[in-house]
Amino acid sequence: MIEEQLGRCVASWYPGATGVTGAAKLSGGASQETWTFDIVHASGNVGAILRRAPPGYGASPGRAAGLDAEATLMQLAYDAGLPSPRVMHVLTPEDELGRGFIMQRIEGETIARKILRDEQFAKARPLLARQLGRVIAGIHGLPAAKLPKLREMSATKEIADLEREYRSFNWPRPVFELALRWLRERDPGQSQEVTLVHGDFRHGNLIIGPDGVRAVLDWELAHFGDPMEDLGWICVNSWRFGEIDKPVGGFGTREELFAGYEEAGRTVDADRVMFWEVMGTLRWGIMCCGMMQRFRSGPDHSMERAMIGRRSSETEIDLLRLLAPRGG
Amino acid sequence: MQDEPTPTELIKAVADFLRNEIAPGIKGHNAFKLRVGINALDLVTRQLALEQASDAAEADRLKQLLGSDGALFELNRALCEKIARGEVDLQTPGLTEHLWQTTMDKLAVDQPNYASYKRELGNK
Repeated sequence: MIEEQLGRCVASWYPGATGVTGAAKLSGGASQETWTFDIVHASGNVGAILRRAPPGYGASPGRAAGLDAEATLMQLAYDAGLPSPRVMHVLTPEDELGRGFIMQRIEGETIARKILRDEQFAKARPLLARQLGRVIAGIHGLPAAKLPKLREMSATKEIADLEREYRSFNWPRPVFELALRWLRERDPGQSQEVTLVHGDFRHGNLIIGPDGVRAVLDWELAHFGDPMEDLGWICVNSWRFGEIDKPVGGFGTREELFAGYEEAGRTVDADRVMFWEVMGTLRWGIMCCGMMQRFRSGPDHSMERAMIGRRSSETEIDLLRLLAPRGG
Repeated sequence: MQDEPTPTELIKAVADFLRNEIAPGIKGHNAFKLRVGINALDLVTRQLALEQASDAAEADRLKQLLGSDGALFELNRALCEKIARGEVDLQTPGLTEHLWQTTMDKLAVDQPNYASYKRELGNK
């Protein structure tokens, strides 16, 4: 059924397209889905991805930028020469597919364990941290006048959001309290320079090939804020997948990341990056607790959700390693 | 008094069956889900083995730190309030050691293969 709808949709904007084939759902919660499919064309099939909120799901939840904004950001990144899929079509009501957009499918790997261990990425790994530094700088430098409307965040607001969510769980966690206190005491307030922030720049949202980074995905958490947030988030230990001595995604050093960022003409504030790494570690820990809550109270009563609740202690040991290292 | 075998023995027998007999024949997303399920059973057996001693030690440390008595949940809540108000911090004698020990005890149940935990085990 979705192939029929997609076929009609594609025929309306892709000259020569005669239908679609191989449609398969890659991921999907209740409100957002990702589909892969091929556009059938006489000169060869073209890989495409549909990202949509199905009909009936209009508004995007709390922090989400919204699918229209995601499409705009992705296209701006593509136009700026950053590794990004080209947006082929933004859905219209006539498409009857809900809200969202269709983009070019880029081949490559997003699974961290494969990127960090498989032989085919061995040559890419030493290059990635520097490459990603340049990519993040490019994102922060996208033309302000063309950016969509997005929420504006500051360290102060982020601390308050995390604290509110943590308190809502009604489960005492002294290490999280310590981290909240640490963050409040060092809150730099709004940064002097406010830029576009990707908001979720880490493994899973990066397509990597043997040649390096090929695409940045998932702009759902994009916002305006402190550019150092993106640099801190990709250093969070949870994204190192066991390679704990390589702070950037388990493949590189902070120095390489920062060098790439500064090569692109921007400046790093290493202390603020560390501040955001602590914030990010706490944030992931609180997100783990949140998933446990959704397991307990909600529609997603799955083992996976339940077990993610037992991963919040990972962020507690990482917070202690950051805030109260034992030395040695 | 309930009879034998113990919950730990029962869960371990089920987990071993799933791991050794079932998992090798399962593919795709269900293989992933099965692995998560086996991990959950293993976690429960670790908790059954370790929880009593670690909870008792944690409660003792909290009573010492706070100078008051109560159930473990309430003691933790009281410590949280003191940290939030800045009445205790990393300079407070015993707090750092308490948080480290409590966290290590949680990881021993939750994720004993987590790299940070394994590093800290050899780093006391």
